Amino acid sequence: MKINNLFIWLKQKPRIAFFMCLPLILMVACLIIYPFFYSIFLATLNKAETKFVGFANFLFLFKRETFWLVVQQSIFFALVAVFFKALIGFIAAHSINAIPSKGQRKWRGMLLIPWVIPPALSTLGWWWLFEPTYSALNWLLEKLSIDAIPWLSETFWARFSIILVNIWVGAPFFLIMYLAALKSIPEDLYEAASIDGANYWQKLFFITLPMMKNIISITILFSIIVTFANFDIVRVLTRGGPIDTTHLFATYAFRVGIESGDIPLGAAVSLFMFPVLAVLSFIILRNVRKRTNEV
Amino acid sequence: MKILSYRNSINNNRRWALFAAYGCLILFVIFFLFPPYYMLITSLKTNKEIAELSSNPWLIKQGLTFEHYKYLFTETPFLTFFKNTIIVTISVVIITMVISVLAAYSLSRLRFWGSGVLATGIFLTYLVPDTLLFIPLFKIVGWLGLLNSYWVLVLVYPTLSVPFCTWLMIGYFSSIPKEIDEAALIDGANHMQMLLKVFIPVAMPGLIAATIFAFTVSWAGFLYPLAFIYSESEMVLTVGTVTTLIKGDVFHWGGLMAGALLAAAPPVIVYAFLMDYYIAGLTSGATKG
Repeated sequence: MKINNLFIWLKQKPRIAFFMCLPLILMVACLIIYPFFYSIFLATLNKAETKFVGFANFLFLFKRETFWLVVQQSIFFALVAVFFKALIGFIAAHSINAIPSKGQRKWRGMLLIPWVIPPALSTLGWWWLFEPTYSALNWLLEKLSIDAIPWLSETFWARFSIILVNIWVGAPFFLIMYLAALKSIPEDLYEAASIDGANYWQKLFFITLPMMKNIISITILFSIIVTFANFDIVRVLTRGGPIDTTHLFATYAFRVGIESGDIPLGAAVSLFMFPVLAVLSFIILRNVRKRTNEV
Repeated sequence: MKILSYRNSINNNRRWALFAAYGCLILFVIFFLFPPYYMLITSLKTNKEIAELSSNPWLIKQGLTFEHYKYLFTETPFLTFFKNTIIVTISVVIITMVISVLAAYSLSRLRFWGSGVLATGIFLTYLVPDTLLFIPLFKIVGWLGLLNSYWVLVLVYPTLSVPFCTWLMIGYFSSIPKEIDEAALIDGANHMQMLLKVFIPVAMPGLIAATIFAFTVSWAGFLYPLAFIYSESEMVLTVGTVTTLIKGDVFHWGGLMAGALLAAAPPVIVYAFLMDYYIAGLTSGATKG
């Protein structure tokens, strides 16, 4: 009787398994895959969405100076911000790992706060710090007899401020990932190296970094995606200004598609993110697989 | 003698390393915490003191005031934003957990045609950012008549939360020994009983981590509500605070900072209590699987 039940259960397995995945499959199909193809279709229409125009929207963008500015700024922003996030995250993780384990939790908790506050809201605080008349940062600079900085009104400083805020929001994520990776390195490796007379830098370059290689690359690639596709910080701080010099793909697509009402052109702008995202995702997937096989 | 000096030099090195570590940590804490500190200070200052250019902006000298918090509750739709956010977040968390726990159980224990591809596909959808699809979604939710209603968020946020939660739960479910299912199976348990009475209790830490993730996605979302909602009565906290509290040219800075802090308080409180579960879940994906 029991064996019979087991037999029926095994036979039903695939169908039940499929039904349990059905909500997920429907959601992905209707709200991710369909919108993606629909956005390709949208991008080939004219502004009123009445006529098929082929690649006209893409060609139009190629001729716009602003668009090339967006491409440049998005790539520059993502690379610089991720570099500093990774660096700060690494130093912070290393420092936490170096202190007695009793205090580690407390320090980690404090350093994670920027990552816990919704970015749109913390950026509002930064906006207030950058405010031209009342800027509390400029007040400090003035005390050090440095001239006031036009944080958000000059292109160079506006780009700087956006990267600064992004580093502030994103560095704790690296801290968490690196700290977990550091903790997983066996202690005896370091002991063996100490007995052989290795110094701090040798341990760092020949033990710590090689052991963390995979986590570092996965975290960096993942962060490039998130940073490249960022919206909140630029939207709250500058809305793309001064004169469109700080736009990223996402904020420019929002400006063109939602605010100016040219939905097909906006769809075309966001679609330009796709090749970059696809390549990065492919590399991440390969790394994660490699990692899984190792373990 | 030689050994002694060797030990001394190690101790010295250790002391310097510790010193450097604390130095770095103090610098980072200052960098990471001064913006929230300044927001808090501003929210407790009188309007008169905020407007004074000569005084030190980093300190409160003319007395604490809660007028900005009172202003938020009495003269702005802040409480409506709060209520809307809570409704959206609770709905999104429930929907996310149901979809992802069912799918994760199926993908980790049962096999069907295409299940391997599906598992990879879920990981890839996790990498799709909200900024890629908001324009086609704008049209689609328009057809569904959901534009300018917070229920639109309940529909679209799961696309951001479900992939990671499913991925996470697959990891936790896969780590449960197969012998347990066999034992339950011989006792005559069906799939639902097995999921509810065995898998969910055993994978509780993973479930908590996934819940926090869904909560965070929903609470902090900014682009979708900004694109899809424009009436004050339907807004959620992030967009409500950033757009409607900023009116005209006269910024109500105290109120703005008070609003941002109150809106950020629930996630901060949740993390303060459940941080360890969340970090364990987040890093297990990268370090183990």
